[in-house]
Amino acid sequence: MIVIGIESSSLVASAAILQDDVLTAEYTVNYKKTHSQTLLPMIDEIVRMTELDLHEIDGIAVAEGPGSFTGLRIGAATAKGIGLALEKPIVAVPTVDAMAYQLYGCAHLICPIMDAKRQQVYTGIYRFTENFEVLRPACALPVKELAEDLLAREGKVVFLGDGVPVFRHTLKEMLGDRALFAPAPSARQRAGAVAALGMTYLKEGRTVSADDFAPNYHRISQAERERAKRLEAERGHHE
Amino acid sequence: MKDTLILGIESSCDETAAAVVKNGREVLSDVISSQIALHTQYGGVVPELASRKHIENINTVIRSAMAEAGTRWEDIDAIGVTYGPGLVGALLVGVAEAKALAFALGKPLVGVNHIEGHVCASLIEHPDLEPPFLCLIVSGGHTYLAVMKDFGKFQILGATRDDAAGEAFDKVARAIGLGYPGGPKIEKAARSGNPQAFAIPRGKVDGSAYDFSFSGMKSAALNEINRLKMQNLPVVQEDFAASFQAAVVDVLVSHAMRAAADLGQKRLVMAGGVAANGALRAALGEACEKAGIKFCFPSPIFCTDNAAMIGVAAYYHYIRGERSDWSLNAVPNLRLSRES
Repeated sequence: MIVIGIESSSLVASAAILQDDVLTAEYTVNYKKTHSQTLLPMIDEIVRMTELDLHEIDGIAVAEGPGSFTGLRIGAATAKGIGLALEKPIVAVPTVDAMAYQLYGCAHLICPIMDAKRQQVYTGIYRFTENFEVLRPACALPVKELAEDLLAREGKVVFLGDGVPVFRHTLKEMLGDRALFAPAPSARQRAGAVAALGMTYLKEGRTVSADDFAPNYHRISQAERERAKRLEAERGHHE
Repeated sequence: MKDTLILGIESSCDETAAAVVKNGREVLSDVISSQIALHTQYGGVVPELASRKHIENINTVIRSAMAEAGTRWEDIDAIGVTYGPGLVGALLVGVAEAKALAFALGKPLVGVNHIEGHVCASLIEHPDLEPPFLCLIVSGGHTYLAVMKDFGKFQILGATRDDAAGEAFDKVARAIGLGYPGGPKIEKAARSGNPQAFAIPRGKVDGSAYDFSFSGMKSAALNEINRLKMQNLPVVQEDFAASFQAAVVDVLVSHAMRAAADLGQKRLVMAGGVAANGALRAALGEACEKAGIKFCFPSPIFCTDNAAMIGVAAYYHYIRGERSDWSLNAVPNLRLSRES
């Protein structure tokens, strides 16, 4: 079984090829956000280096969100274009699930945090017991609220993601010695993890057609938020 | 000779579009998924919402264009895509999709300038039309007077110094309560209005015969509306729309005719969303007839953003051997190439 992994939800651009249980290629760049220019050349490069016949792939695993809206759409459009051309399904992997999956077998709670601005993080809470367990699925939260959730649970917590440099101090303050931070090789998004978790979904038949796939932003747009507020104010005014 | 088929993709603003074009002239399919209903609720295009709609719809739109044309992937010779100008988030969806599609199919990719696409829309219905010709490009985002010397080569004579013509229509339409989209609403209201009811100044740019300025005209119109409101006088929508439209049309026609006379151009091509305006078509048509100039403009369906025009433009760049590589990026403020 062959899966292409695509990750472009943050500053990191990453592409991977997973053949059964072998990661034959992974190309990750965490330098300036130019995904539109870099992502497809990266995919092209690893496909050529591994002499992969694209028709042989079984699916395209893509980080569906949360993350940068534009970044997610570049990954989504890339996956949808390949899926449309080759009639291959897409496997939508929550960005934070794939990040947590990078710490497979970890004895502590795993908590990816992405800076969502406005003092919020995109996050989720995970644990490995016998299986990969999702304790709190992907969501957008004020960082304080996340820390309170974690305080109510037991054990140490490993944090990773681009929210770490932003909120390290707050988390240390609230969780003390319980807060641990992942080292560089597993501290950011990697398409290898998206492909690996994606392959498990693919085997379970959890796929979406390339036509139907769209990112899961976990946040409505600012225009929708403001409109909802305005409508609510108007309703209040009429009562 | 074998036919050349281009799949065109367009997502620069609020329409997701795909089309299959044969030999640069014959439109085999032209599918447009409009988001107007969505943006109307917000009084204008919301970039983030436009981008979200594009990613939801793009595969279905492309699939429909292929099916309507009765084309298989192996029949497609190249994929053309708008890479600018436009809303960056919206452009990126089409660009990333087109690149991935071309990559996975092993087809050449041709990035297309949206404005050139608009000009090329006239080639669809005028089989003998070839550059060079004078063109007037009027849309919600752009106002240009240029000579298209060849594909990809424009001599820009004039451009707007501030608002685009369509933008001025939108703003005035909002101010008199007609709402969005302004252009078609102004045109409809103007039909039963008196174009002489209000004196709207004709915008001029000092020292530049071909440049446009619509912001002054718009401000004068908005001031007049405020003055009437302050005096509790009614703003008759129809009369106001007719007066403002007449002023914009006047400026566009006089600039275009002056350029045609100065440069001895015998052919004028009009392009862009505002080219669908009936009053502008009639006025330019009349002026061109008097001056002995052949006047071309597309049917309304090819005036609005569409992918057929992108397919046409892509074809001419494709047969000249031009290709884009996988690093093609969206360029929101892409200009028409200047050749003077």
